[in-house]
Amino acid sequence: MTETNSHAVAVSGLRKSFGDKKVLDGIDVNVPAGTVFALLGPNGAGKTTTVRILSTLLRADAGHARVNGHDLGQDPDAVRASIGVTGQFSAVDNLLTATENLVLMADLHHLGRRAGRRRAAELLDRFGLADVAGQPLSTFSGGMRRRLDLAMTLVSRPKLIFLDEPTTGLDPRSRRDLWQIVRELVADGVTIFLTTQYLEEADQLADRIAVLDGGRIVAEGSAAELKRLVPGGHIRLRFTDAEQLAAAARALGADQLDADALTLQVPSDGGQAALRSVLDRLDAERISAAELSLHTPDLDDVFLALTSR
Amino acid sequence: MKKHTFADTATMLRRNVRHTLRYPSMTIGSVFGPVIMLLLFVGVLGRTLGAGLPVGTGGYIGYLAPGIIITAVASGSMATAVAICVDLTEGIVDRFRTMPISRVAFLSAHVVNSMLTTVASTAAVTLVAVLLGFRPHATAGAWVGAIGLLLVLTFALTWLAVAFGLVSATPEAASNAPMLIVFLPFVGSAFAPASAMPAGVSQFAEYQPFTPAIETVRGLLTGTPIGHNGVIAVAWCVVIAAGGATWALSAFRQGRAQ
Repeated sequence: MTETNSHAVAVSGLRKSFGDKKVLDGIDVNVPAGTVFALLGPNGAGKTTTVRILSTLLRADAGHARVNGHDLGQDPDAVRASIGVTGQFSAVDNLLTATENLVLMADLHHLGRRAGRRRAAELLDRFGLADVAGQPLSTFSGGMRRRLDLAMTLVSRPKLIFLDEPTTGLDPRSRRDLWQIVRELVADGVTIFLTTQYLEEADQLADRIAVLDGGRIVAEGSAAELKRLVPGGHIRLRFTDAEQLAAAARALGADQLDADALTLQVPSDGGQAALRSVLDRLDAERISAAELSLHTPDLDDVFLALTSR
Repeated sequence: MKKHTFADTATMLRRNVRHTLRYPSMTIGSVFGPVIMLLLFVGVLGRTLGAGLPVGTGGYIGYLAPGIIITAVASGSMATAVAICVDLTEGIVDRFRTMPISRVAFLSAHVVNSMLTTVASTAAVTLVAVLLGFRPHATAGAWVGAIGLLLVLTFALTWLAVAFGLVSATPEAASNAPMLIVFLPFVGSAFAPASAMPAGVSQFAEYQPFTPAIETVRGLLTGTPIGHNGVIAVAWCVVIAAGGATWALSAFRQGRAQ
């Protein structure tokens, strides 16, 4: 058993240009089966292009890719039979009802009439769409549409699901609902290949995150590993005058000070003991800060640090 | 991978038929155009145009109706271009492409659906022609021949329209491109004999694909001479169908611009 067989997605040296514009400039990605992988990046980084290539919609200019063990270039139909795709633009038929959309999928996957209808009913229930199953989609909200979209993807029980910016444009509640559904899928053993521009989404869902910028992967790791790549957390103190600021800097041995804003940054892990020690030392010197705030690094810092040009 | 071309085509066709029934305005539109032309040419211009024709063709409506029927076939078929292009703007077609479905199924379902609607709209136009005084006197065999040729022509033009629809960037563009085809019968023998046209135009009218089709249908339904027109009409249909289908399939495989 080679290593690629345990990988749902194994990609090396993927390249794609549209005319003169290099969109993907040599991408390597490995996603172990049963995990959630997030491709994180700003608009135009190449996220959607990557998904379009891996889901057989687009041909790469160079590179090798195996999806669920099938070679993307040589056996696209085997790849298609094993994946599901839900993109940022809803892939539902607006002139059909929710049930008709699901049955269409079941028929195209040749589930058989009875089994197909049962699967449709089951998914309508699971996604809270049973009450509106017979209504035209024009009455559906964005969140309902996205849920139906995902339900259609699940009709064939794919082993690997591509979610291309699945929550873009959704309200916070619908976003949380969708995250819950993704977690349930992962519990069932499905592999998720997610793209997102929301750091919180990657942080919430992904086992591994790759940061894509300008067609290259600039960092990869777990959320915790990525957070370690940027300078750590700190306590930020603001003072009312320069004298106090200077005294505090001396007392705390900190040199990250901003004389204009009258602020001082003290490196800290944000824990209770570290905070108390800073406060104790300030008290001992009779220095009082006008304002104190704790800052822990989040993926925002990582994202900005890695993708700034 | 086992392909299920027929099953997939049937599934796709069910979807297309539902679309047509729920959104019938395109189909109704392709009845309106030819009917208005019929009313205009018979009611307003009929007496003058009829006066310029050799006698014995059952009045101007007898000459005109076969041409209008061909125009109905053309405009019905060409409506497919818009239908295909609109369908491509729906995200669901990208979903189809990521599924293990026969690539032909999506297109052939559109073709079959479009043929069904064109048959319906052409029948409606023929009925209006009969109401206006069109009295074909044809044998059963001649009717079968005429209907057969009309079906073959519909099939050919529909594949061409599918290709137009696939390569058009927007539905507006898709509705403009086939206008040429819809108006081509005008520069043929649909409304007046090609031989009565000025030199140059007359040659074009004689050799363009619609004229032999019109002459054949007219001959079969009203008894005018057909000559080699039947064979030429069928040959044109084969060429148009083969070209249209090849163009359509390669355009669909390549996907859209990106």
